[in-house]
Amino acid sequence: MVLVPVSTVSTRNHPTDSWRIQRPTIQYDKCIRCMICWKYCPDNAIEIENGDESAPNERIAKMEYPVINYSFCKGCGICANECPEKCIDMEFEVIE
Amino acid sequence: MKSVTEFKTIMTGNDAVAYGAKLARVKFISAYPITPQTTIVEKLASMIANDELDAKYVEVESEHSALAAVFASELTGVRSYTATSSHGLLYMHEMLHWVSGQRLPIVMSVVNRAIGPPWNIWADQSDTINQRDTGWMQVYSESNQEAMDTIIMGYKIAENSEVMLPLMSMEDAFILSHTSEPVTLRDQDLINDYLPDLDLKFRIDIGNPMGYGSYDTPDGTFMELKKDMVDSMNKAVRVIKDETEKFNQMFDTNYGGLVERYRMDDADYALIAMGTVASTARFVVDKLREKGLNIGLIRIRYFRPFPYDDILEDLKNIKAAGVIDRSVSFGYAGATYSEIVSALYGKINIPVSSFIVGIGGRDVRVEDIEKIADTVRNESSGVYWINVKKVI
Repeated sequence: MVLVPVSTVSTRNHPTDSWRIQRPTIQYDKCIRCMICWKYCPDNAIEIENGDESAPNERIAKMEYPVINYSFCKGCGICANECPEKCIDMEFEVIE
Repeated sequence: MKSVTEFKTIMTGNDAVAYGAKLARVKFISAYPITPQTTIVEKLASMIANDELDAKYVEVESEHSALAAVFASELTGVRSYTATSSHGLLYMHEMLHWVSGQRLPIVMSVVNRAIGPPWNIWADQSDTINQRDTGWMQVYSESNQEAMDTIIMGYKIAENSEVMLPLMSMEDAFILSHTSEPVTLRDQDLINDYLPDLDLKFRIDIGNPMGYGSYDTPDGTFMELKKDMVDSMNKAVRVIKDETEKFNQMFDTNYGGLVERYRMDDADYALIAMGTVASTARFVVDKLREKGLNIGLIRIRYFRPFPYDDILEDLKNIKAAGVIDRSVSFGYAGATYSEIVSALYGKINIPVSSFIVGIGGRDVRVEDIEKIADTVRNESSGVYWINVKKVI
């Protein structure tokens, strides 16, 4: 038999957070829950959660909201670039 | 579906390899046309259109995409085929590594053609010699019959569970690809006995998703995967000999394993050649034998894996050898010469010369090979370009 590069280990077991230089942060009080960031994330590193209280108003608070999974976000900044409300900030990671 | 029974006819090398792919029951073909390969895939496309071949043909926009498509189809466990030449092969370079690295036993025909600039469509093996380090096995045929049979043997060897490496099968441009010769089409039922269906153990299964060639680290298994390819290439030497012998018995052929010897038993001097140049060299060997010179010919069929042990055995009683290359390796001698010399180093110390012939399709004539034999007989060692004009 031969050795074949086939992996049965899920990529969930291989975090890629150490690749990140800049860290995106969503300002939930400005976010309108359009989910454009979720659509554009090339690494599926934005997940969807149920309603959140820190929303700009009551109507939006009932809507699903995006949450960045920092174990897999590589900090490419596509979400921040695409956000129509400009409410995703990119800041350099600080190693403490 | 019409079945082919054994039948002798006359056809070009390109038609012969198309029939080879048909006999091997390929189920998926993707290719991009390039002279002098075009008529192979034209023939296969017309076979599919005429319901003579049950396969899917996918047109693509480049050779890189052609091999990528074949990579994907083979990974689903479907026997797949493509063909190219020259610049098309160079454009596939990245995918050549993906196919071999993923251990996909794909067979590809390559019609050896010169690499530009300047543009030139004629016979020259520099294109495939350029790809010798990509993990593909390489076979160079001398006749249309051999080109056809090599596709069938190629799948059998590549799909062996100890090998699992892709194979490229070569024809010299026009000399084989567009020249008609007698060819015996094999009986489909016998071929089916020789070559069973592909059973790819690690094929894509949507019920059991896995990651293919995804990601590895310095302390993972990357280095082991590469070494395993080298080990398999070495194991292929035995498999090639066994499978060629099985084919010879079933179809009454006489193919050498990795090399083919001609009048070597009592030879003092040896010529070593690859591809159609060997036909001319064989004629010269007969001519010089009549004049009393004990000379023989070794035709290299497999360049990868390279027949180091065969060469060592064949040259042990030889006084001097000449290696004829129809390719350019910039910076040193011919590629085959380098391999031969490294096979002999430290074991047999005889003069070996490198002869570069037929670049860009320049005719390789009987008198050229006679000149080479003369130089070999003088037991010289050096690098010689044959039949080169004075331009400056």
